[in-house]
Amino acid sequence: MGQAPLLSIRGIKKSFSGVQALLDGSLDLHRGDIHALCGGNGAGKSTLLNILMGFIKPDQGEIFIDGKEVRFTNAREALHAGIAIVQQELSGVPHLTVAENILLGAEPSRYGFVDFRQLNEQAERLLQSLGFDLDPTATMDTLGIASQQLVEIAKALSHRNADILIFDEPSSALGEEDAGRLFEAMRDLASSGKSIIFVTHRIAEIFAIASTYTVLKDGARVQSGKISDITPERLIEVMVGGDVEGEFIKDNTPGSAPLLEVHGLTRAPRFADVSFTLHEGEVLGIYGLVGSGRTEVLDTIYGLCRGDSGTVSVRERPLKGGSPSEALDAGVAYLTEDRKRSGLVPRASVGDNLSLSVLWRIQRWGFIRFPEERSRVDKAVGMMRIKTPTTSEQVQNLSGGNQQKVVLGRCVLTEPKVLLLDEPTRGVDVGTKRELYRFISSFARAGGAVVIVSSEMEEVMGVSDRVLVLRKGRLASVLSREEATRKQIMMAAV
Amino acid sequence: MRPALRLAKNYGTVLAFVLLCVLVGLACQCRVMKGQWEENVFFTPENFMLILYQISINGILAIGMTFVVISGGIDLSVGSVLAFAGMLAASFSTSSTTVTPWSGTYTLAVPILFALAGGVVCGAFNGWVVSRFRIQPFIATLGMLLAARGATMALTGGNPISSLDARLRWLGTGRIWNVPVPIVIFVIVFAVAWVILNRTVLGRYVYAVGGNERSARTSGIKTGQIKIWVYVISGLLAGVAGIILTAKTGSGQTNAGSSYELDAIAAAVIGGTSLSGGVGRLSGTLFGALIMGVMNNGLDILGVESYYQLIIKGALILTAVIIDPSRKAADS
Repeated sequence: MGQAPLLSIRGIKKSFSGVQALLDGSLDLHRGDIHALCGGNGAGKSTLLNILMGFIKPDQGEIFIDGKEVRFTNAREALHAGIAIVQQELSGVPHLTVAENILLGAEPSRYGFVDFRQLNEQAERLLQSLGFDLDPTATMDTLGIASQQLVEIAKALSHRNADILIFDEPSSALGEEDAGRLFEAMRDLASSGKSIIFVTHRIAEIFAIASTYTVLKDGARVQSGKISDITPERLIEVMVGGDVEGEFIKDNTPGSAPLLEVHGLTRAPRFADVSFTLHEGEVLGIYGLVGSGRTEVLDTIYGLCRGDSGTVSVRERPLKGGSPSEALDAGVAYLTEDRKRSGLVPRASVGDNLSLSVLWRIQRWGFIRFPEERSRVDKAVGMMRIKTPTTSEQVQNLSGGNQQKVVLGRCVLTEPKVLLLDEPTRGVDVGTKRELYRFISSFARAGGAVVIVSSEMEEVMGVSDRVLVLRKGRLASVLSREEATRKQIMMAAV
Repeated sequence: MRPALRLAKNYGTVLAFVLLCVLVGLACQCRVMKGQWEENVFFTPENFMLILYQISINGILAIGMTFVVISGGIDLSVGSVLAFAGMLAASFSTSSTTVTPWSGTYTLAVPILFALAGGVVCGAFNGWVVSRFRIQPFIATLGMLLAARGATMALTGGNPISSLDARLRWLGTGRIWNVPVPIVIFVIVFAVAWVILNRTVLGRYVYAVGGNERSARTSGIKTGQIKIWVYVISGLLAGVAGIILTAKTGSGQTNAGSSYELDAIAAAVIGGTSLSGGVGRLSGTLFGALIMGVMNNGLDILGVESYYQLIIKGALILTAVIIDPSRKAADS
């Protein structure tokens, strides 16, 4: 690496409302690199990228591209200088088609009218070159999250002149297969001379495709170098700033008393005839590819959707179905896949978000008993170790991991017997992941039961006592912890 | 956030209100100094009492509107529901016994109960349509805007009802400890509404439903019921406002309250309530209504022609929304 870096970020400082988000944000990116930007939640990764993209202004520090100092005041300028980003949050326009979304703002036109044939052709060509199997004329709202993420990526890549591409957790919503295809596309881009900054919480992915890395911790660069010079264990240690034992924590043992029984649950055309029994003290993993119906099964058990047929019973009492409040009363709590869309009330405070599900239990004549609310909120903040300046902070100002803890804290405050967790560690850093695993295990050990859906196979294998594999809406296999190897799971899933 | 910005965010509407009072006061003072007027008629206790009296009806409607808007909806029907409720009240409290089959002079509780019930039924219907059929609130309440106006005319065959009973008229023109009754009612409504919105589970649910309906549902909130409640509250308060307006004018009019819904929305929005839901405060709405009241009153005193008053009002609403700091914070 003798030559000067393509992109060099030096000593960026930034604080929000007196809180120092970045102390020394620095990063060097060379041409053709896939550079992993690592760090826990709150390490300052998002802030650094937002500054690079011109979304926010730094308090101090410099950015050089090709040795020339640049300062972007908006995203358009950054784009013009050849920097494009694949957002972590989905930002597609729901009622437009895939092609319209990809070429949003760059539609081919004739006499001022959009040339839809050319639009679709261009999008199709781009999708094909990336190997994404998507229909350019489908509207966004008919697509699952994974497919929407692929559109997002295609959109970033449609800016032909982009030299520097930022991938902010592009794979967090993707199944293994789609993620594999995405990584192939990233490698092709790198070998064609583009440089990539890659943010992910999955250590295995870093070692699979990145060539260099930078670790941020508490807003400052603590280490950077070549991936070939470091081991995964060492990298995690640098990120969390200490030694780590095994990734998963598991010390629960399943009992025999059934807590949740699902019989022949069907909701056409999403899934059919799903049956299983969840026992006290058990963690049941559900694995399936995108479109296998795993989220829909949880939605239906919890009552967000109504099933066509089949029964759900909690502690041998059947649920009527179609009502989340009924499920909560019966002792079932649900952490949904998408905390932004169906978990948080973003502009409400941390405290209001935490107490939302238990308000009816701490009221008298319809009035909230505030001391009671206060103590529950404090309990949840302590138990989940939520990092927030105060409980009256707007929840949208918290980091992703802490937002997730808030939603989980709300579930836990209802004192559930059964926890349904859909992708609980999505977009969450290594340290927080471990805390979540510890929580899941101790929840089961205390006599609760957990259903966990995850697209990370290691996670399903690591935390579950049994693994249930769904394929195209049908129960393909039920594997015990011993049987649940990568190969067995994958064979059942595809 | 810098202290100045935080101050502006929390008290922006109050500051705007004070600024407006000062401006109008100065303009009046100029006339006094030029010798055109003998005294500053704006800065008198009587005038401020008058302003409160003038805004009481819009204020009551705006309180109901604030509930609806925080829940993520909008209620265009309040003006018509006001007229319907007011006409019902008039029909039970008049000495002219021929306008409707049931017309006559009943004890005060009867017209009040029928008017409030009329408001509640209209509101409940709005809420039912919005939550049961998932119709956009704009459209659902637009339907009620027309239907309730039609019902008002149908009640009396398009005729007004006059010769109202003195007991009913007292609600609009009487005084308690020298304070006009409409102001007293307005203050009571504000206090009760404030407690509901800030101290009860229902209030918290209203914010949650408007802030993110899916999250509210996942949290076990029966979102449909909450929506029905906010429209019932809005309808009920339109009923209260209808009684006051009928009592004030001394007659039930078929065209009463036309376009009042727009003033109610304006007061809520000037007060910082976000039309996208989940954000808003009743204190903001109060000052929003006060700002509009001072505008009307001040411009009248200064003799500004009504055409220009409308233009200035329009500009004020736009300015309020454009400079609203909480809106900017939400975007960034």
